[in-house]
Amino acid sequence: MTVYYTREHEWVRVEGDSATVGITDFAQGQLGDVVFVEVPDAGKTVSKGDEAAVVESVKAASDVYAPVSGTVTEGNQAVVDEPSLVNTDPEGEGWFFKLTLADNHELSELMSADQYQTYCAEQE
Amino acid sequence: MSDEAAALPLDSWHRARGGRMVPFAGYAMPVQYEGIMAEHKWTRASAGLFDVSHMGQLIIAGPEAEKGLESQLPADLTLLKDGRLRYSLLLNAEGGIIDDLMVTRRGTHFYMVVNGATKAGDIEHLEARLPRSVVLDHMKEQALLALQGPKAAAALARLAPGVEQLAFMTGGAFEIGGAKAWISRSGYTGEDGFEISILARDAEAVATLLADQDEVKPIGLGARDSLRLEAGLPLYGHDLDQHTTPVEADLTFALSKRRRAEGGFPGWNRIAKELQDGAIRKRVGLAIEGRQPVREGALVVDGEGNETGKVTSGGFAPTLEAPIAMAYVPWDSAEPGTKITLESRGKLFTGTVTPMPFVPHRYQRKGGAS
Repeated sequence: MTVYYTREHEWVRVEGDSATVGITDFAQGQLGDVVFVEVPDAGKTVSKGDEAAVVESVKAASDVYAPVSGTVTEGNQAVVDEPSLVNTDPEGEGWFFKLTLADNHELSELMSADQYQTYCAEQE
Repeated sequence: MSDEAAALPLDSWHRARGGRMVPFAGYAMPVQYEGIMAEHKWTRASAGLFDVSHMGQLIIAGPEAEKGLESQLPADLTLLKDGRLRYSLLLNAEGGIIDDLMVTRRGTHFYMVVNGATKAGDIEHLEARLPRSVVLDHMKEQALLALQGPKAAAALARLAPGVEQLAFMTGGAFEIGGAKAWISRSGYTGEDGFEISILARDAEAVATLLADQDEVKPIGLGARDSLRLEAGLPLYGHDLDQHTTPVEADLTFALSKRRRAEGGFPGWNRIAKELQDGAIRKRVGLAIEGRQPVREGALVVDGEGNETGKVTSGGFAPTLEAPIAMAYVPWDSAEPGTKITLESRGKLFTGTVTPMPFVPHRYQRKGGAS
């Protein structure tokens, strides 16, 4: 299992050809209290960079982009029902969706945990 | 105003307390400390301390001050007793709102609080139109704090005894921690509370004294916005602008009876006509179906998808745990209960016209601690 990160502050946890996607702790901290989440339905195909989910806090709306291409296998109903999970457990129970990877090579364009940490430090 | 965000007297005080600073009205201001939701709920349950020092504090003095101000505002100032304040509007010749403000009769002069982003324009506008005998002083050396919430009176009375006797929309001179203060029972959250005008050099000491009270926490701009939205209070530059009249904005309570009849303020012709016949559009409150907020800029659309209005404020109401908005809709769609279709980010939403405030006001009209 490896976790990758994007410049848009999403994390991608990869096991075999399956990936779980969510937003990082840094991202939830910037957004503030999450009040609404929309996740894609199973069966939807997404290309890297597509708008795949929506997350809204008290103050702002933002899109969650597909960090990699693939076919969605599950949207997390738990965060739809309880959006604050994104704040309390962003990199665990607060995941957004799972997909089957279309192209493993896309992962090489993502950041490692160390690289992402450096990237966040530069943003603050 | 330059692009650089200027520092207000409490700049380092906010930073030391973990305030996340953002540019607002030309100043660096705290948008939040621990989080908008928590700060919003704290204010509704206890007392929140807001720094509103970006706002313009003006003195208008001289024997012709009352007459001069009445030539620019639709308020009946002859009825405004000493130590009382009222909400009013600076109007242009077309009846458009240049700014919304609070005006207080304070002895021989008027004290006016105007919005931060508009204060420079307001001063220029007034100086060009007030009689030459009238002196307008921009009190740049003053800071302004607001203490809002059901426990505000108890907390403030401990430091400035007597404030609990003030009724809503009255003010007086007090001392707080040895500093001179003008304190009024007023605010913009819908809660009981006070606004405290002090010298900038006293601001840190007074803010610290207030924040040290168990009931009080500092609150950022984010919660200030969600609180005033729940209270149904319009925000200048968003819900009000130069092209919006008081009738369209549903602020006819600011048009005093005598002034409606006599006129003598800018835009009276148009406003009198709108009072009689209605306007083209009206500001309304909307309860949004579902959980997703509809934000400022979303469109009001008719059955064919044509734009007929706009959302001017919108967000998630922490008290109601539901999305709410303010929008301008066609005059004949403004009745409570009317369903309004909205378009935001390529998606359609349904809103129901809802009387404002969304959350009941809890002003202390007779004075006394709650």
